[in-house]
Amino acid sequence: MDVILFLIFAFIAVASAVSLVLQRHPISSALSLIGVMGALAVLYLLLGAEFMAAAQLIVYAGAIMVLFVFVIMLLNAGRERPSAASRLVRWLGIPLFTLFIGVMAYFIQTFFPKTLDVSFGGFTQGAGLEIGRQLFTRYLLPFEVTSLLILIAIIGAIVLARKEI
Amino acid sequence: MPPLPQTVPLSWYLLLSAILFGLGVAGFLFRKNIITVFMSIELMLNAVNLSFIAFSYQFRQVDGHIFAFFVMVVAAAEAAVGLGIILTVFKNRATLQIDEISTLKN
Repeated sequence: MDVILFLIFAFIAVASAVSLVLQRHPISSALSLIGVMGALAVLYLLLGAEFMAAAQLIVYAGAIMVLFVFVIMLLNAGRERPSAASRLVRWLGIPLFTLFIGVMAYFIQTFFPKTLDVSFGGFTQGAGLEIGRQLFTRYLLPFEVTSLLILIAIIGAIVLARKEI
Repeated sequence: MPPLPQTVPLSWYLLLSAILFGLGVAGFLFRKNIITVFMSIELMLNAVNLSFIAFSYQFRQVDGHIFAFFVMVVAAAEAAVGLGIILTVFKNRATLQIDEISTLKN
């Protein structure tokens, strides 16, 4: 059952990612990216990361992608025009991509020959309790610095969105 | 065709993460629309998050989840600022094609 679920959602993720790269219209790419994120949320659940699955759906597929779709519609972005260079790159890119995947598969098999088998429910610490405990004890300083980062991002976005620039 | 295993090896998750990362790099290099390039970066961040969470399963610690959480926060901040920059570029240049935005090159 785990294998079937993994294969289904891995296929959805890869197909959506391929669609993101190949689609000509930005709004189609955005919808494909939402598909990738939803499939990844299910894979996180299979890995026992319940909190991260919820955060993935709420923060990524919810907030960030709404921002993307909003900007695409605001700017009225149309289909992009293919250029001569991109056609050359495409014929060079597919062998390079295959080579990259092959090299990564070789490294994974060489360096991690004895990885665990993932079964649903094999890792139960991924709920909010343990993450919250770690976040507010061991990782308290990075967590607080994160709030500073968000503050800087808010100020930066407001400055960039002013009329005078 | 060999029979399917009962459980998923962790290396499959790592391989899926590598495939998604490679597709993100491909999108980053191939696409000419600045918004699609930006979405490819988000795809790469997601692929790395999957690796973090898979290793977290392997080592039986939640540290990987917390790293992925921080990556998510950074991605949110990056999306806000990056889309603000895209809006400003569009306001000044009236184009989204990255090869038409080449003032620094000349």
